[in-house]
Amino acid sequence: MADSAEPTGTPTQERVPFMQRLLDNPFLLLFIGVTIPTVLYLVWGIMELVQIPVAPR
Amino acid sequence: MATAAETFRICPTTGLKIHLSAQTLIKANAVAAVVFLLFGGLLGLSVALTRWPAVHILPANWFYLALTAHGFNVLLCWIIFFEVAILYFASAVLLNSRLAAPRAAWVAFALMVIGAVMTNVVVLQGDSSVMFTSYPPLRAQPGFYLGLILFAVGALTAVGCFFGTLVIAKEEKTYEGSVPLVTFGAITAAIIAVFTLASGAIILIPTFLWSVGLVSNIDPLMYKLVWWAMGHSSQQINVSAHVAVWYAIAAMTLGAKPISEKVSRTAFLLYILFLQLASAHHLLVEPGLSSEWKVFNTSYAMYLAVLGSMIHGMTVPGAVETAQRERGYTKGLFEWLRKAPWGNPAFAGFFLSLVLFGFLGGISGVVMGTEQINLLMHNTLYAPGHFHATVVAGTTLAFMAITYLVVPLIFQKEIMFPRMAQWQPYIFAIGIAGISVFMMGAGTLGVPRRHWDITFSDALLHYDYPPAAYLMLALNGLSAIAAALGGAMYIINVVASVSFGKSVKGAVRQAQPATPLPAAVVGQYGSVAHVRIPGTVVLVTVFLVSFVLYYFVNWKYLSEVWPMR
Amino acid sequence: MAISPPRERLWWKQPIHRVELIWILVAFLWGIVMFGMMVYWHAFGKHNLSNETYKVAPNEYYAKTEAMVSKYTVREEKGIPVVHPPPGSDVYLMARVWAWYPSLEFEQGQTYRLHLSSIDLQHGFSLQPMNINIQVHPGYEHVLTVTADQAREYSIICNEFCGFGHHTMVGKLYVVAK
Repeated sequence: MADSAEPTGTPTQERVPFMQRLLDNPFLLLFIGVTIPTVLYLVWGIMELVQIPVAPR
Repeated sequence: MATAAETFRICPTTGLKIHLSAQTLIKANAVAAVVFLLFGGLLGLSVALTRWPAVHILPANWFYLALTAHGFNVLLCWIIFFEVAILYFASAVLLNSRLAAPRAAWVAFALMVIGAVMTNVVVLQGDSSVMFTSYPPLRAQPGFYLGLILFAVGALTAVGCFFGTLVIAKEEKTYEGSVPLVTFGAITAAIIAVFTLASGAIILIPTFLWSVGLVSNIDPLMYKLVWWAMGHSSQQINVSAHVAVWYAIAAMTLGAKPISEKVSRTAFLLYILFLQLASAHHLLVEPGLSSEWKVFNTSYAMYLAVLGSMIHGMTVPGAVETAQRERGYTKGLFEWLRKAPWGNPAFAGFFLSLVLFGFLGGISGVVMGTEQINLLMHNTLYAPGHFHATVVAGTTLAFMAITYLVVPLIFQKEIMFPRMAQWQPYIFAIGIAGISVFMMGAGTLGVPRRHWDITFSDALLHYDYPPAAYLMLALNGLSAIAAALGGAMYIINVVASVSFGKSVKGAVRQAQPATPLPAAVVGQYGSVAHVRIPGTVVLVTVFLVSFVLYYFVNWKYLSEVWPMR
Repeated sequence: MAISPPRERLWWKQPIHRVELIWILVAFLWGIVMFGMMVYWHAFGKHNLSNETYKVAPNEYYAKTEAMVSKYTVREEKGIPVVHPPPGSDVYLMARVWAWYPSLEFEQGQTYRLHLSSIDLQHGFSLQPMNINIQVHPGYEHVLTVTADQAREYSIICNEFCGFGHHTMVGKLYVVAK
């Protein structure tokens, strides 16, 4: 972990909370931020469009 | 390092270490942005004057051409070039770092310029007036799509340089702890940009192949679904970027600090997670998509991204109020606001942007994005009314505001006409607020967007719009003149200052807080004990009440139309 | 400041002020109310856009429209047939550059299955002065069930750009009292 090497020796040696580590990781955020709309908006939407039935004659 | 002195300079105002390559790239992108704003803005004025039935200056084919070019130049070119400048600023400058791969950043810039020019040239040739959205089967010349693709690839490369700079800054330990909040806002914008530009490439490449005859058919519904993942998300880049700019201006003009890093960053996280789903706003009255898909996506997963915006809506003015109260403006509810630096165009532009974006753009956007209510508004002038409040009153005004800080700090030039700069945000804001309100008003009366002649003088069958609609369009035209005046004041001042302005020596007076905060206070405020923001509480309460009332009024309107299922 | 790194290393552990917490809670609840309104309206509201959609070839849609026109035309206006279909029946409205075909006549208070499609470009069905707006796509047939509740003359404007004659595209829908 990046936060383990704290040379100053101050009393703030605690673990960085999970949420702060998430927010400090732009590439993890990038992955989440691209995956969510891809799945919920694009993939779900495309699935619905390809399932539209042909009109009865 | 021996070369450090040559490749960096120390900003005398902020003490930041500025990478000279980054500085040149910021300048280049900002200048390009302003050039496209000038061109796109003039086109916008011609469009508004044509829609004013008594003036009606352009013939039909020129009107549709101008509208296509207007959308492309301001919505894409001006905004994205400026955002690239912001990304470089928020990474290299704010993190005291060198910019990753300046050469790639120049390639990105070149691709964007070539793409933008190509699409413009093709549009001006006259047979690609397909609107910015270019819905198939309406077909433009291949160069129209190719230009867009080049532009998107360039912008994606620039976003890559931004992420690269984050990595370098972390490895070279140019900052301690977490990145600044403004940089985090820029990260949010960059993440949304990746989804946006990737979606654009996914849909524009087959459309380009279709335009040259290599693909036989583009499904119009599929195109629209994927295109809006670009078209709408690109506006979400704007929202993230201009919220970051709000925080930056509040910090640079008043020394304001976010009340809570945790809350502000969580609000940005909500943007990263959910904001892009709102691309569904454009597909609410489309056939073939289920109501489940529409309701879930249009509401950004139960309005969680709106929650993010409402949080910023409190934390941004709250940061201003806290800073002002620390400065001693503690009388009553609003002394902090009355005694704010309204004569500083950066502050004035920022605060007007905040208010107009929230009240006009935010509320109208959520109302129009309600699945059923969209029936009353889709493709009427209400839609451009809404997005002129977000993209112009919100984003453009915020970008203009920060320019007044960027010119002295990055270009190292004094603003040439300070009086003109003082008035500019107000004139532009009045104009753009008028444009938004009157277009929304016309849209409520059923006036269509992208329409040359609502008198239907050449049509076989006729419809008479109520006189109020004509009044709205006239007022919209007048407002557009005011906005164009405000835009001209901005462009003239910026171009004159950058080209002929006096060079800045030493620290910049304007960018410093009027009264510096005592150092002891800076260390403390922001902690829980010091938060006292009664004025902001009143502001957000007024906002919420307006929101609730307007929301339910529109449900009332909906209940009066024909029953349908 | 917002342009420099947070002062506290572990800023996530800073407590949130009560004012902020209350606002977050209020804003969250308001979001739930707005989400709930859309769901509620699907269950109890009378104005929901139908999702009934079919893929259709433009020439087939054209044929269906022509079949209806030849059966139920009651008069002509400026060369455009006005069709008076029986209540409850399937009514085909066809969009093309730059006309809505045919003109329709409905009976007040009656319900119709209104089909919308285009045979060329995308168009925008905009019923005025009621201001109902629905996108019309070529290749897709969208079926709405509508009840015409006021007797008067309505106009159908096109509000999706469809080429240089877009602004001349106006159709008519009459609702007549029984």
